[in-house]
Amino acid sequence: MRVPIKWLSDYVALSLPVEEIAQRLTMAGLEVTGIERTGEEWEGVVVAHVVEVSKHPDADRLSLVKVDTGSETFEVVCGAPNVAAGQNIAYARLGARLRDAHTGEKKKLKKAKIRGVVSIGMVCSERELGLSDEHDGILVLSESAEKGKPLGEVIGDTVLDIDMKPNRADGLSVLGVARDVAALTGQTLCEPDFAFEALGESVEARASVDIQAPDLCPRFTLAIIENIEIGPSPPWMQEALLGAGMRPISNVVDITNYVMLELGQPIHAFDYDKIVDHKIIVRRAQPGETLTTLDGKKRSFTSEQLLITDPSGPIAVAGVMGGLQTEVTDATKTILLEVANFNPVSIRRTAMSLKLPSEASKRFAWGIAPELAPMTSRRATKFLVELASGKAAKGLVDAYPEPMPPVSVTLAKKRIPQVLGIDPSEDTVISSLEALGFGVATKKDTFDVDVPYWRRDVQCPDDVVEEVARMVGYETIPAAPLAGRVPPGVPQPIRELRETIRDILVGAGMQEAITYPLTSLETLGHVVAADVLERVPPLAIVNPLNVGEERLRTSLRASMLQCVARNLRTTKGQLALFECARVYTPTSEPLPRESEHVVGAVIGARLDRFGNASAASVDFYDAKAYVERLAERLSVSLTLEASEEYGLLSGRTATIRTSDVDIGLVGQVHPETAAAFGIVQDVYLFEIRLDALLPHVPPVTHYQSFSKYPAVVEDLAIVVDREQTASSVLSEIQVHPLVASARVFDEYTGEQVPEGKKSLAIAVSYQAPDRTLTDADVAKARDKIVARLGARCGAELRS
Amino acid sequence: MFQGGTGTGTGTTAAALRAGGVGYVFWGTALVWRIRNGYTPGFTCEDATAMTVLSSIGEIAAKAREELASVRDEKALEAWRVAFMGRKSPLQSVLRSLGELDADERRDAGRAANELKNELDGALESKRDELRRAQIRRAETAGRIDVTLPGRPLAEGRLHPITQTQRDIIHAFTAQGFSVIEGPEVELDYYNFEALRIPKDHPARELMDTFYVDRSALGQGDDDSKLLLRTHTSPNQIRFMEKSDPPIRIICPGRTYRNEATDPTHEWMITQTEVLAVDEGLTLAHLKGTLFEFAKRLFGRERKIRFRCDFFRFVEPGVDMAIDCFLCGGKGCRTCKNEGWIEILGAGMVHPEILENMGFDPDIYTGFAAGLGVERIAMLRYGVDDIRHFYENDVRFLRQF
Repeated sequence: MRVPIKWLSDYVALSLPVEEIAQRLTMAGLEVTGIERTGEEWEGVVVAHVVEVSKHPDADRLSLVKVDTGSETFEVVCGAPNVAAGQNIAYARLGARLRDAHTGEKKKLKKAKIRGVVSIGMVCSERELGLSDEHDGILVLSESAEKGKPLGEVIGDTVLDIDMKPNRADGLSVLGVARDVAALTGQTLCEPDFAFEALGESVEARASVDIQAPDLCPRFTLAIIENIEIGPSPPWMQEALLGAGMRPISNVVDITNYVMLELGQPIHAFDYDKIVDHKIIVRRAQPGETLTTLDGKKRSFTSEQLLITDPSGPIAVAGVMGGLQTEVTDATKTILLEVANFNPVSIRRTAMSLKLPSEASKRFAWGIAPELAPMTSRRATKFLVELASGKAAKGLVDAYPEPMPPVSVTLAKKRIPQVLGIDPSEDTVISSLEALGFGVATKKDTFDVDVPYWRRDVQCPDDVVEEVARMVGYETIPAAPLAGRVPPGVPQPIRELRETIRDILVGAGMQEAITYPLTSLETLGHVVAADVLERVPPLAIVNPLNVGEERLRTSLRASMLQCVARNLRTTKGQLALFECARVYTPTSEPLPRESEHVVGAVIGARLDRFGNASAASVDFYDAKAYVERLAERLSVSLTLEASEEYGLLSGRTATIRTSDVDIGLVGQVHPETAAAFGIVQDVYLFEIRLDALLPHVPPVTHYQSFSKYPAVVEDLAIVVDREQTASSVLSEIQVHPLVASARVFDEYTGEQVPEGKKSLAIAVSYQAPDRTLTDADVAKARDKIVARLGARCGAELRS
Repeated sequence: MFQGGTGTGTGTTAAALRAGGVGYVFWGTALVWRIRNGYTPGFTCEDATAMTVLSSIGEIAAKAREELASVRDEKALEAWRVAFMGRKSPLQSVLRSLGELDADERRDAGRAANELKNELDGALESKRDELRRAQIRRAETAGRIDVTLPGRPLAEGRLHPITQTQRDIIHAFTAQGFSVIEGPEVELDYYNFEALRIPKDHPARELMDTFYVDRSALGQGDDDSKLLLRTHTSPNQIRFMEKSDPPIRIICPGRTYRNEATDPTHEWMITQTEVLAVDEGLTLAHLKGTLFEFAKRLFGRERKIRFRCDFFRFVEPGVDMAIDCFLCGGKGCRTCKNEGWIEILGAGMVHPEILENMGFDPDIYTGFAAGLGVERIAMLRYGVDDIRHFYENDVRFLRQF
């Protein structure tokens, strides 16, 4: 809401500097987001009088204009069709900084030769002055404007830009803002003047209204003003509208806009003579009905949309836009003035479905007090009489079948300290509320508060408490430390596991990423098999914002690979990224299942001592290392089993299990999948489902005693089939009770190892809890192990 | 373990050594040692008489001192130790020969030998120290390295700046007794709007452009069961109050979604933290105190805060909280748009209608709620000028935090 200060001062004496007023409004909830000063920038622009206009000798569309600034006269070349002798105009001297009418850039005005004639300075349009986009003609100033006066002093103003919140429908009016300014600065509100003389024949006999949908139209008024002379509105009204961000058009249109901005109630003017039988019927649209609206578009309606009709059919879309047929034109003599109250929801839906948001429909949608209709009609009629030489008909057609009862609220006195933590005096409470227009009757324990009609947002005691707080100032409320009962903690095991995983992976050198959960079927199709996507179709967004962001992801792998691809261009060496996020699986319940996953990817060359990319690239075992680190730190024992997974390279992919439960996977991304994301290098990833992992994570690690007797470490080199996994060999070794640990420290194929075989070098640590092992103990154990490996794994000792 | 004047001990040792067949020719091996290590034999062992014993002790002492002076490294020192203090050293043979002397002589010779033994022990230790120091001095000069070369690269990982900021926010509230709760991102219209007093077609919905989720697979539901991506973390207030009784102190961190185009200050995915407390006796002053503590923890203990009136359907009164600009200290700069204040969150007292719907008597219980935008706070803390950096996931950005 743009509020010009000059306009505001029509209703309230501004006793404080504009900045202070803005500050108080902001603190009271009418947030001033900007203070705009028009005029300051018009350096070098003054009022001048057009003395003479003559044709340019060498251009049909240009004219030569002689302007008088009171002290000097200049000749200016001007292209505007509306320039005429006798006008007062805005004249820019040489050196003035003006906006270029085409590019919008600000430029210093220089002497110019236009088609052979030197132009000294310029006659300005609204666009050049930054007032509006209007550039069809020059800005014509009021006759009373003093020659030579800086333009800023004539039409300059300060405009408050207020971010009005939807509860303050009353604030969508200059008068509404003035009410708060008056209350907040201790001034008295000066109500607008509604008085005019009605000389015409009574309206009741000449127009009627029939509200057939009272649920959508609680109140409807009609007034008639005859003898209208269409012309421009007076400069003060044009300036006010420009300041508020509306373009002046003609006296009738400007008056309806001005009064709407002033009081917050939209108005529609019909050409009385074009209304069949002068009879208005307010009803829901019938199927198939159409109307060509003011913008020239033919529109059709649903039966939930409210129309203003006459016996011949629709003449306006209620609260949204008028019809072209009944529009007020230059030829209009008599105006039928509609000021009505409509159901906010209905207007909001209609404006949205017809894509016709406007200042009027916004006000209806926010809700307007029905009391405003007759007042607004009177105020507009007064201006039509005074500024368009109209003759007002006596009386008013006012259909208000079910008057809305006034609101009163009983506020317990103790409620104020109970909510605010401060206890202002009764006098303070009463004077605060009265300043805002509330009526207050004090009882023993309560305040009985009458809510003014324009503040129907105040409905319950705490709404009144907020009004008191606004007036005494939120800054008077102290900051009290939180005391009292501390509730018991709420366990959040998945969250705690996720945060631990984040810390572990970061500690292991991975960088955390956070990606969007919306993706496309096509992208998901690179990492999820088509039959899975078909069986469990990812949830779709009804109204996506961007192409490619229309489905809720069922896998984190795609967004991780996108993330990798994005960084490859700028990263040398190794890139290790992870994300903890949710995937969304539709279920038969309304809400999908949201499960937490962690996905990690590693790619690129290992780094040498100086951080250079070395010749060696990361491989499967780099990705696996992160999984192992997680297992160690979480005290979970994990096993990997070679498996086939969609989008991953078979032979280099494994399922991660714990206690025979499948909790995730690790592997090399299939080169074709990687290529689909624009990745040509080998990339490895892991993904773990937190809900599957969680049950296997011990809440605390239990201490395990270790033997105080020394361990004997022996290396064992065996030859097994290539298909024999290291983990199967190790688990056979670990069966022996004297084996404290066993680990593979080398894998070898090649010379001296038969085809189809591989050699594994294993370090076995023997230890007893109760004694130092002798050579004989170890030899016996070794023999048993070798025999077992031979029997179970077909292993032979390497000679 | 030298025991002056007893002879038996050393004799026994020598006998044992001989019996073991090792170290029999002590002097001979010592000589070999010394020759190999650049020594020349300086004296020989004479017959054991009192005078000769005393004089050879003196001789040994002189020789040992002389040779120690020329020792330059650990290896030579060890050779010296073996030569003069080892099992086969002349001193040891002197000691072994004490038994052949009479008692008085043995006492004098024993004392002299023992003194020498102590002297040599001390000399050995101080020589060792001297050598060690000399070696360190050499390391300091000859072993000088370029300390300005980079360290070996360690794998470097960082938490996303939003995770870091979110954790700091969470900590500021858990320290005040709040528990962390999480809820669904795909939410029912009821929890996201209706239950928070934002009915269908209310203009307040325009403040939160919403992504709707197609639920056609589930069949037609009523308006309340419309599916959407939550536009704020506030639905968790309702979800928690439905199943818990006061006192309540929770915070709900999480991702939220707004269907609006992105620009330097707007992102369609935003991270929020919801704050909710319900109990007897809670007032706007407690809200102020709680948020003040949060602001001090995140932005510095010297921070000032400002509450002003604002509007959110589910609170009454509603509050907007600002902190004084931590860059200019409130004087006005670009970050605070010359206002001296930076608005960081919305809050208020829980609307009594909501408490009543949750089965809490609003005449007894009051509550406060707040919603924090994590990206906004992270932008302010780190001086990030474009919100879109956060989810572009460029590691050149992410690795800065």
